[in-house]
Amino acid sequence: MKHFYRYVVLPALLLWATQVYAGGNDDPFLVMGKVDQLELRQTEGDDPVAFEGQLWAGHDLNKLWLKVDSERVDGDYEELELQALYSRAVTPFWNLQVGARRDIKPEPDRNWAVLTLQGLAPYQFEVEASLFVGESGRTALRLVSEYEMLLTQRLILSPEVELNVYGHNDPDTGVGSGLADVQAGLRLRYEMRREFAPYIGLNWQKRYGNSADLAAAEGDDIEDLQFVVGLRMWF
Amino acid sequence: MNTPAFPRLSRRRFVTGASAGLALAGLGLSLTSPKAQAKALPPVLSGNQFDLSIGYLPVNFTGADRSATAVNGSVPAPILRWKEGERVTLRVTNHLAHDSSIHWHGMILPSNMDGVPGLSFRGIAPGETYEYQFEVNQNGTYWYHSHSGWQEQTGLYGAIVIEPKDPDPVAYDRDYVVLLSDWTDEDPGDVYAKLKKMSHYYNFQERTVADLWRDIKEKGVARTWNERQMWNAMRMKQSDIADVTGYTYTFLMNGETPDSGWTGVFKRGEKVRLRFINGAAMTLFDIRIPGLKMTVVASDGQNIEPVSVDEFRIGVAETYDVVVEPSGDQAYTVFAQSMDRSGYARGTLTPDPSLTAEIPDMDYRPLLSHGDMGMAAMAGMDHGGSAAGHGNHSQHAASGGDHSGHNMGGMHHSMTGMDHGKHSMKGMDHRRHGMHASSVSDKPGPAGFGSRAEIHHAPSEFGPQVDMRAEAPQSGLHDPGVGLRDHAQRYGRKVLRYGDIRNLYPTLDRRDPEREIQIHLTGNMARYMWSLDGIRFADAEPIRLTYGERVRITLVNDTMMTHPIHLHGLWSELETGDPAAIPRKHTLLVQPGTKISYLVTADALGRWAYHCHLMYHMPGMMREVRVEQGGRGV
Ligand SMILES: [Cu+2]
Repeated sequence: MKHFYRYVVLPALLLWATQVYAGGNDDPFLVMGKVDQLELRQTEGDDPVAFEGQLWAGHDLNKLWLKVDSERVDGDYEELELQALYSRAVTPFWNLQVGARRDIKPEPDRNWAVLTLQGLAPYQFEVEASLFVGESGRTALRLVSEYEMLLTQRLILSPEVELNVYGHNDPDTGVGSGLADVQAGLRLRYEMRREFAPYIGLNWQKRYGNSADLAAAEGDDIEDLQFVVGLRMWF
Repeated sequence: MNTPAFPRLSRRRFVTGASAGLALAGLGLSLTSPKAQAKALPPVLSGNQFDLSIGYLPVNFTGADRSATAVNGSVPAPILRWKEGERVTLRVTNHLAHDSSIHWHGMILPSNMDGVPGLSFRGIAPGETYEYQFEVNQNGTYWYHSHSGWQEQTGLYGAIVIEPKDPDPVAYDRDYVVLLSDWTDEDPGDVYAKLKKMSHYYNFQERTVADLWRDIKEKGVARTWNERQMWNAMRMKQSDIADVTGYTYTFLMNGETPDSGWTGVFKRGEKVRLRFINGAAMTLFDIRIPGLKMTVVASDGQNIEPVSVDEFRIGVAETYDVVVEPSGDQAYTVFAQSMDRSGYARGTLTPDPSLTAEIPDMDYRPLLSHGDMGMAAMAGMDHGGSAAGHGNHSQHAASGGDHSGHNMGGMHHSMTGMDHGKHSMKGMDHRRHGMHASSVSDKPGPAGFGSRAEIHHAPSEFGPQVDMRAEAPQSGLHDPGVGLRDHAQRYGRKVLRYGDIRNLYPTLDRRDPEREIQIHLTGNMARYMWSLDGIRFADAEPIRLTYGERVRITLVNDTMMTHPIHLHGLWSELETGDPAAIPRKHTLLVQPGTKISYLVTADALGRWAYHCHLMYHMPGMMREVRVEQGGRGV
């Protein structure tokens, strides 16, 4: 992963950046890496380590984004999803992102085209709404929303919800059509610096409909409430 | 290296025959005072030939060793003392690894002497010397700073004091430069990048759940919801007062931190002239000297009719001269708190260097009001809200106070409107119909009274780069500004307002403006993008003026920040309602959601910079103003 960033993505970004804008120092080329979640989730079995992050590079209105969402148990990926997107500001608070998503785990891997609306909704909700279109007519929708409540200037309580909906059954990867799963989190972080905040929290997930049936058939949990400890960081 | 004849801290003392040595002795005393100062005041250079050398200087303002950008090894740069009517030559040598430049802020001079790379000249390359030479045809307090990169933030700023040719209308016995600035240990490029990545990075005064709870207890759920509803709906923050704050800044007075403090010594019975200069990169200061009335005698170097105040706000790049008459047996604190109250710079005026005065607490932290969004109708609603909250003097009543203060501004406005019936009619029209898509077609109103043109938001203002537009901007002339609005009621302080300023001398150019240019200050706070009319400098056409023409510029602030707007090379003559005594300024504060008008006589050919003087706004919020020989149609 690291090598992929270093040797493929960054040089490509730099090349692209210098081509698009020459001069104009009000809008410098910037790179931001962010770990939204790097956390240990406490379960009955082996504790998974979840990693959710993104790297963007570019200018005020045009950026390239890489998103990673993964879960590892015992050093093996149970879930690994990568997205590479071109992001363009379309209104003061919203960006339109198009690109590709690749699910490496669970196997077999799946490829999707992505269209995402990402931004800040009224009342200060961070929102990410994505449409995915895959091979064999597979479709999926994802809605993620996050809110921040300042208990103090540095102690921040952040509820988050994620919904996944699929158009078709895909028994190989364990998803069924319709509302497949809901994840809700509540994390309390302390910003030691803006860039570095340890947190504790709760993460709740539940599968629904066909997905729940598939999970039950596999002997997996349908509902799970986990205590989490983690770090949020950016540069 | 051209050394000065001798430092001159006090012109009057010199004139009356007191030796410069005495002034130096005063300085020496303060240096050996118990609060041993880390370093000497900036040196004073006078005469008409100067060799200035730009280089790196190790400094330590916070306990951390850093490298500053200095002139002749001094931060702030040396005080330059010139004489009106003389021709000065300044040989500036750049010893940095990067291009540099010096801009003489507020000086009226040929455009190739103005020191803006890309407009006036090519800049000064490493190792090169540029010779500036121009006639000094004005007097008063000015300053100079780098116009390259972020060098101004890292220390390249200094005072200019010009002795008048004619007898000074201001009587004083000694004068001091009081140069304010903001220092950060961070690399300014990193500061800018952080703001782009997280625009509230430096704001640690946001409203918390505890504030919400207090509001609900005091005002009830319904009113709390109503008051906050629009802010939340618009994704704006009422606590967004300063982009960069005391979290990273150490505020300096004449290069001294608040811990050490600057010291100015006076003798019993002396009138002391303080030449305040805001050389900060991003910080607006509110200045007061508890126990002393300040008589404001000059603004941006220009003499004004004296106004006695308790407090005044100084925008970045503005200068104000005040005269104080301290009693002989007491020390006073010169207190300059940042507009967002995240810190302060301070000094001491004292008859005896061993005497100090109490350092006052900072005032409450201001919140923006609905009026700061440029919404007249909402300001009316605020009024009701504030009346109830007003009796309460907790931190939170602050917002209520702000609201009512704003409405006082609004009331003043409508009173001004009554004097000129047309204006108020226009204003009412605006509110009724909204103000889109009507271009500026009227012949501009008479000089002195400001704009009566419709507010027009250009199509370029609509896009991801602009997050709001003021729909009904009011005049900011009689509004003391965000965070100062209720100081009269709350503390009994008289605060200077632009509407109080009258030029000491009659207006020189009495012509009415031939045309009016409306320019909108625009931005997107969350993306940290700044522009004029929604167009950043890199994409903009110059604003063209015809040599000799008299034009009105109306600035409409479509953002919620207070922007100090600086026009190089030409005076900005602020229309405060009296055409006979229009004050001349080089930098004008434009309050959030308001409009302000000034007249410009295009009497200097060339290419001039025109920009917001907040360092991290400037790259985008900037234009070239090009003054050309006639032939261009209006
Ligand atoms: Cu600005």
